[in-house]
Amino acid sequence: MAQAVKKGDTLPQGLEVTRRPLGRQRLDGVDLPTDEMVLNMGPAHPATHGTVHIKLTLDGEKIRQADVNVGYLHRGFEKEAEAHTWAEIFPYTDRLNYVSPMLNNIGYALAVEKLLGISAPKRAQWLCMIVGELARLADHLTCMAAQVMEVGAFTPYFYVIKCREWIWDLLEAISGARLTHSYVRVGGVAADMPENFDKQTIDIIDRITKVIDEFDALMTRNRIFMDRMMHIAVISGEDAINYGWTGPCLRGSGVDYDIRKVHPYLAYDEVDFEVPIGINGDNMDRYLVRLEEMRQSIHIIHQCFAKMPEGPVAVDNPRVMLPPKREAYNSIEGMINHFKLVVDGIEVPAGESYSYTEAGNGELGFYLVSDGSGRPVKCRVRPPCFMQMTAMGDILRDHLLADIIPTFDTLNMIGGECDR
Amino acid sequence: MAKVVSIKRTLWDALYLPSIIKGLGITLRHFFVNTFTSREIETLRYGEWDLPDYKDNPAKPEGWRGKKKTRDLPDRHRGLHRLMKRPDGSARCTACMMCATVCPANCIHIEAGEREDATSRDIEKYPATFVIDELVCVVCGLCVEACPCDALRMDSQQMMKPVAHRDDAVQQKDQLMSRGATSIAVDGGAGADWRNEYARLGDARQIYRPDRSFSDDPIGYRIRNTDSK
Ligand code: SF4
Ligand code: SF4
Repeated sequence: MAQAVKKGDTLPQGLEVTRRPLGRQRLDGVDLPTDEMVLNMGPAHPATHGTVHIKLTLDGEKIRQADVNVGYLHRGFEKEAEAHTWAEIFPYTDRLNYVSPMLNNIGYALAVEKLLGISAPKRAQWLCMIVGELARLADHLTCMAAQVMEVGAFTPYFYVIKCREWIWDLLEAISGARLTHSYVRVGGVAADMPENFDKQTIDIIDRITKVIDEFDALMTRNRIFMDRMMHIAVISGEDAINYGWTGPCLRGSGVDYDIRKVHPYLAYDEVDFEVPIGINGDNMDRYLVRLEEMRQSIHIIHQCFAKMPEGPVAVDNPRVMLPPKREAYNSIEGMINHFKLVVDGIEVPAGESYSYTEAGNGELGFYLVSDGSGRPVKCRVRPPCFMQMTAMGDILRDHLLADIIPTFDTLNMIGGECDR
Repeated sequence: MAKVVSIKRTLWDALYLPSIIKGLGITLRHFFVNTFTSREIETLRYGEWDLPDYKDNPAKPEGWRGKKKTRDLPDRHRGLHRLMKRPDGSARCTACMMCATVCPANCIHIEAGEREDATSRDIEKYPATFVIDELVCVVCGLCVEACPCDALRMDSQQMMKPVAHRDDAVQQKDQLMSRGATSIAVDGGAGADWRNEYARLGDARQIYRPDRSFSDDPIGYRIRNTDSK
């Protein structure tokens, strides 16, 4: 077509004019009309991380409509929680966001503590921050490693995923399991950190800093990467808020909202860190926000080790915490206390609470209802990536088929969390 | 404070080559470092190399260049379950069912039996059957925390081995006992003197520290305000 056409013009031949978002060179102007094709992507597509079904209406290679169906990994966490005592739910929370299970542990523990009206001892809170930020690092590292892999760069994936192994070794040393930690407890943590944990952690986060810098140098200014990421899947801050987005994806759209800053929990008001935000709300900004957040996490961990006080790591409250083993072995009070807590569970006062923490993907909320017995009446999870998936169809409209997977990855859908 | 991290594509980036050359530099550095040294190779041997027959056999597989052979498991690693023993070799377990109650996966099955040799002061019950289905187990460690007499532990430093048939993953009492060790936890009848008893045992624990079975607290080093010890 030789004549100058504007967006929205309808041409007599039925040709439609679409203009790519700013900065895209290819496929501007007029495309030849094609028949629309419906393509089912997933639910078990090898390129998607997580079981998700996207029903695509394609016009050539362009996406006219993308309907995202989630729920293939539904395990009935919320219903299952109703059949368990408050303390027995921790292993289930490990399986929500299985890239950063520690953050789910913390979110759930804080929710129950809110309902109980107690808080963990200071040392336990700082320990939670350390393991939480390590988990956030693991989450972002995995997400970014996958992002660059999606756009064809496979080598950085290995450089970065190596760091995640180091983090998992650390978390295994403190909790006993690489992935399903079950480390946090209502009113504290299971055990204090092992010997030399601080030295190992500092050593490892210093090594991770180097790898992040290397990754940054390798990818960020690479033109192919920029072309694939910039101005793709753009969402304005206002739209993102309306969709209920939180976390790095919302901050990528320029909204300065980080729960650790806005509603500090644990001891986040005592550490100094910056909240990275983007401007454009595109894939590139979400990538850059995560990149910077990892540096901030490392900064937080350094401060935590410097400021962490000595002391107990579990509340001294026999109604909440199991007694020390020696008392359970030897004294009748300890033994009865132990049996009551194991059999009946923690008796949480009747009431409801909503507690929210900043997990890897955004606001992880737990809405808990208790009737005063040892088991929750309702345990509802607000998964951050579910909200992001609701918007995915809209932000992908008029993009290319190849943009789905990188976008899917910057939104970082984690099946276990999204489908519960 | 918010920190804007967005970048713009500059002419320098549009030139394409500078960043490609920089990137190639990084990957080439990795290539040469990994070709001539093994210091950055993180590859670990697969878990099965932990199996005893491989450990006894000093021959290394051909072409192995990695630095580490197998992964060192941390002290707190939650591995296969084991049942601890009394000094006379019987199971410490009293079939109290705490572990079976707390288990979120309901994978512990215990049938209690009555000890025939029990006098009035002795322990009356013992587990006639004690079965853990390791395939159903979610390795959460809550059973260890729930056991009130240091009878069940997961610090065996062994991982679940691959099985050919699902039934092989169901661990029977004798299998669980075979990994067991004598526990030094003082319990049941030290009376009001147990704190002193621990003070007396303190040194013994130090001596036996390298063998993990000789800590009396299987979940770690929880400190509580009121715990005078
Ligand atoms: S580790 Fe957890 S799932 Fe496994 S037997 Fe113990 S309580 Fe049950
Ligand atoms: S292993 Fe421990 S908790 Fe389980 S039945 Fe035996 S004594 Fe009770």
